[in-house]
Formats: sequence, C-alpha cells, structure tokens
Amino acid sequence: MEAKSERAPIKKNSGTLKVTTPSDREVAMTRVFDAPRRLVFKAWTTPELMKRWLYGPEEWKLAVCEFELRVGGKVRFEWRNSEGKGMGLTGVCREVVVPERLVFTELWDEDWTGGETLVTMVFAEDASKTTVAQTVLYSSQAARDGALKTGMEHGAAMSYDRLAELLPSLA
Amino acid sequence: MVMIETLQALAEPNRFRIVEFLRGGPRPVGEVVERLGLRQPQVSKHLRVLSEAGLVDVRVDAQRRIYGLRAAPLRELERWIRRYRRIWEANFQRLDAVLEELKAKEKKRGSKKRKSAD
Repeated sequence: MEAKSERAPIKKNSGTLKVTTPSDREVAMTRVFDAPRRLVFKAWTTPELMKRWLYGPEEWKLAVCEFELRVGGKVRFEWRNSEGKGMGLTGVCREVVVPERLVFTELWDEDWTGGETLVTMVFAEDASKTTVAQTVLYSSQAARDGALKTGMEHGAAMSYDRLAELLPSLA
Repeated sequence: MVMIETLQALAEPNRFRIVEFLRGGPRPVGEVVERLGLRQPQVSKHLRVLSEAGLVDVRVDAQRRIYGLRAAPLRELERWIRRYRRIWEANFQRLDAVLEELKAKEKKRGSKKRKSAD
C-alpha cells in the first residue's frame, strides 16, 4: 500500500503558506484549505491519509504513522528516504477537540530542537474554507541553546521575502 | 553553525538595512552612516557583527574602510529557507489533493443521504 500511485498528486493554485513568529519561542505556520474543517481535521489526523501527503521531499515517505486521537494518545512519525536514511519523532496528545483543536508534544529522535516542542493546531472554518494555524512552541532549553531552531525560523520568516531579491545581486 | 550566526546577524533591523544598502556594491563606512542616518559608532558595531558572521568583508583604500557583501552565507541561508518552505508547500499541495478527493466522496455520499432523508 506504499506504492507511488497511492500518493496524492501536486495540485496547482493552492493557498499560500505563511510563516510568522508570534513570540521568541514560537513559530506559526498558517495555510488555507479549500475544504470544510471536519475534512481537513480528518486528513490531518488519520494515519492512512497522512501517509499520502505528510512526507516532505518526493524521495521520502512517511513509513510509520501513529496518531492516537485522545488525550494521552501516542504520536509517532517515522520518515525514510530512498537511500534508507530515516528520522522520527515521538509525542503525546495533550488536547483533542474534534474538529477544532489539537495540542501534542513532539520530540525528534535526534533531538535537534533542544528538547520537546509543543504543537498547537487550530482549525477555523469560514465559508467552507479552513484555515489551519500550526504553532510550534520550543522549550526554554532550546531558547537558551542559542535558539537553534527558533533563531533559524525567525530569521527565515523575517527576511525571506526580501532575501529572494537580495540574492541575484550577489552573483 | 554558520547559518545561525547569519540569521542572528540579519535579524537586527539596522543590520538588515546595511546589508540591503550594500547590495548596490561595496561602500565606505561614511556613506553607510550617511545613508542610514545612524551614528558612526553604531554602524561600526553593526559592521563588526556582520563581518564576524562572514556577511561582509572590508578592504582599506587610502584612509577609507570599504565594506562589501559576501555571497556565501546568504546563499547557504537561502538554500535552507527554500528547502524548509518547499517541504511544507509540497506537503500542503498534496493535502489539497487529498481534500478534493474527500470532498468528492462526501458529496456523493451526502447527496444520497439527503435524498433518503428528504
């Protein structure tokens, strides 16, 4: 069932991904989907559906996906690429309000975020479109450790738009 | 890690302005001061941070210190950002397709249900 044909095709004219930094320890990502929120919520929390889209670059796949949709439920993702390299994360569901809100922890196997992160997802429906706001809160340890990831994303979100302009002039 | 230094250096608004100004080509410190309306010691401090992060280099021409941009750290940063965005954009575009499918399925089922309920 992991066949390529199972994968969803790339669709054109989709919503725009917005990345912002609401606070020093948070990174928020917002995206509008053209579907009612109960469907968006379903696609976001049902392992067999998640495997079809949540795998990043084409050469990767979401090989293991557990998402136990209840408070205290287990979260486990394992991605593998075509060369057999892998990465994974484990977490626990903290809040589940179908189809509105999800809060869960995440900890990467190779802890590159300097400790556990807390992910809050809010699904808001308007005129049968759904805005998904995903906020990742990094631990204070991560903030202390030179704000590894937060620092990168902060700069990325801030300078992305003008950076694209900046680069050609450096050739 | 080089990239974190790059980002920390760029995250300060006046340093970002200096980098933008230097896009036009290398400039003496005095011109940076004039153009940005900052005080000389402030500009020197910012240029030192940018230099330590490898974003600018300096050459001395007669009495003047002339600063110019270095491309390498910005290229690395741009690669990273592109990769980060591309990963999520690809995910979400596939999710769009999954949602179209779910909508279509539901429509089919929904119209049947509604008929029987009416």
